[in-house]
Amino acid sequence: MRLIWEGLLEAIRLLFSGNAEVWEITLLSLRVSGIATGLSLLIGLPLGTGMALGRFRGRKLALSLVNTGMALPPVVVGLIVSIFLWRSGPLGDFGWIYTPTAIVVAQLIIAAPVVTGLTVAALQQVDPRLRLQLLGLGASRGQVIWALWNEARLPLLAALMAGFGSVISEVGASMMVGGNIRHQTRVLTTAIVLETGKGEFARAIALSILLLVLAFMVNLALTWIQQHSTRGER
Amino acid sequence: MKPVTPAEALFEIHDLAIHRQGQLVLSIDRLTVEEGEILAIIGPNGAGKSTLLLALARLLEPTTGQILFRGQPISHDLAYRRRIALVLQDPLLLNTSVYNNVAAGLRFRRLPRSEVQQRVQDWLGRLEIAALRDRPAPRLSGGEAQRASLARALVLQPELLLLDEPFGALDAPTRTRLIDDLHALLKSTATTTVFVTHDQDEAMLLGDRVAVLLDGRLRQIGTPEAVFSAPADAEVAAFVGVETVIAGQVTHAQEGLLTILAHGFTLEAVGDFDPGQYVLFCLRPEDVTLWVDAGTGKSSARNHLAGKIARLTPQGPLVRVIVDCGFPLVSLVTRTSARQMGLIEGQPVTATFKASAVHLIPRG
Repeated sequence: MRLIWEGLLEAIRLLFSGNAEVWEITLLSLRVSGIATGLSLLIGLPLGTGMALGRFRGRKLALSLVNTGMALPPVVVGLIVSIFLWRSGPLGDFGWIYTPTAIVVAQLIIAAPVVTGLTVAALQQVDPRLRLQLLGLGASRGQVIWALWNEARLPLLAALMAGFGSVISEVGASMMVGGNIRHQTRVLTTAIVLETGKGEFARAIALSILLLVLAFMVNLALTWIQQHSTRGER
Repeated sequence: MKPVTPAEALFEIHDLAIHRQGQLVLSIDRLTVEEGEILAIIGPNGAGKSTLLLALARLLEPTTGQILFRGQPISHDLAYRRRIALVLQDPLLLNTSVYNNVAAGLRFRRLPRSEVQQRVQDWLGRLEIAALRDRPAPRLSGGEAQRASLARALVLQPELLLLDEPFGALDAPTRTRLIDDLHALLKSTATTTVFVTHDQDEAMLLGDRVAVLLDGRLRQIGTPEAVFSAPADAEVAAFVGVETVIAGQVTHAQEGLLTILAHGFTLEAVGDFDPGQYVLFCLRPEDVTLWVDAGTGKSSARNHLAGKIARLTPQGPLVRVIVDCGFPLVSLVTRTSARQMGLIEGQPVTATFKASAVHLIPRG
């Protein structure tokens, strides 16, 4: 019990003393996962929209691939990205291995299927006749899609949250492709693994609290947007 | 093909056929709708009514044939869709305020903000939902939502308004009021409207003309009076509610008064037929009067048939009585008279109807 108590006290001290390294790690986590989530939205929203609304050959296959992708184990993604980015690998010339960029790539591969799959689900919840109704009111195809996104904004935000949640808490791939290099690629999750391994429980607890707060705050912000957007604005 | 279009025709359908999954679901040789006209299309579920509407909205590609809009074949483009407006069966409002819903079509057309505001305000008022302008659509009642949905289409001032069973989900008083209001608005704006329903009352209340669509084919088109009192054939008759339809043969004809032999009865009717011709003899249930003490009252009814009550079915304020006269004859009486006359099943009664109430359909 003393171990936990002292760990907590030390953690609070670390958090409020403005320990530079703790904040550096936190900001890097936020930046890397934020960029990965943003990119996964850029890919997943159009892709998911096409798969939800389009009628094309191989649609069922594409859907099942995306659904499988939603459950991709991060370590497998880490392995694949490592192989591709390895100095002698196919994309080795970029020199991305053990850089934050490599972590973004790996997290993008983890988050994109989540955002895509949930976008499909979000748009399939909308009454299919609404498309006909909007076309019948003179909407262009683009306007129909915009209106449908707007209509499905709550589940779409949930898709974004799930995408962010899947990468901010992920450790395997970040460790493998980032290398957990101090001041360079150390993010919250990899740092927690390291500190726990060293028996530095106070630091591990402090970092865990930050990770939880971060996840909580991002979700709080998105929830606030959700609540705000349900009111009929003029 | 060179279209020769009378100036007032808004659209014309020529040899239209639509298949779905290899099945012919709609086949219309010719249909013309004039500017400012309200055409009610009635038919049972699955008759192809909605298909026709979607084809007119150009949201469905006809297999063959064409639709001319102001003399020009309608094209697949946005420009045509922005001249018309479609209202589907359920209100299908967007999850935002009533104002934003009604403004949606105008915003699709990128009209200036001030014009959008003014037109939306105007139509919210005309449909008596101005007080609801800021209310989120999910919190509207069925009638309010339907008004918002109609306002959303009418605010576009479409050259052609297409309505797919817009009153289906409403309770009776709400529906009656909305139909009255809509009729006034359509007439005051001279909006050409094609309106689909399976309800005859709605068709009669709104339609300048009524078209009967059965199994994907246009079976009859005419004024509501003509269609409902003089159906073109037995199936139309059955659909529009002429319930007694019996086969007979004209035995005698004199100055329009016919004697017809049907099921062993000699019946009288009015019509232009020759002796020997086979006809279908159609009667609406409300035109049949029942008597429990036959022959005591003098009436102008030419036809008196004795029979027994086979079945009594209450229908709201009315009772539907099936009299077995050797063939089933259907009569509608009020609950009050059924009670006062003490009608019970198995009771002998006399059914009477005037020769002029009979509608005759030639039988091929």
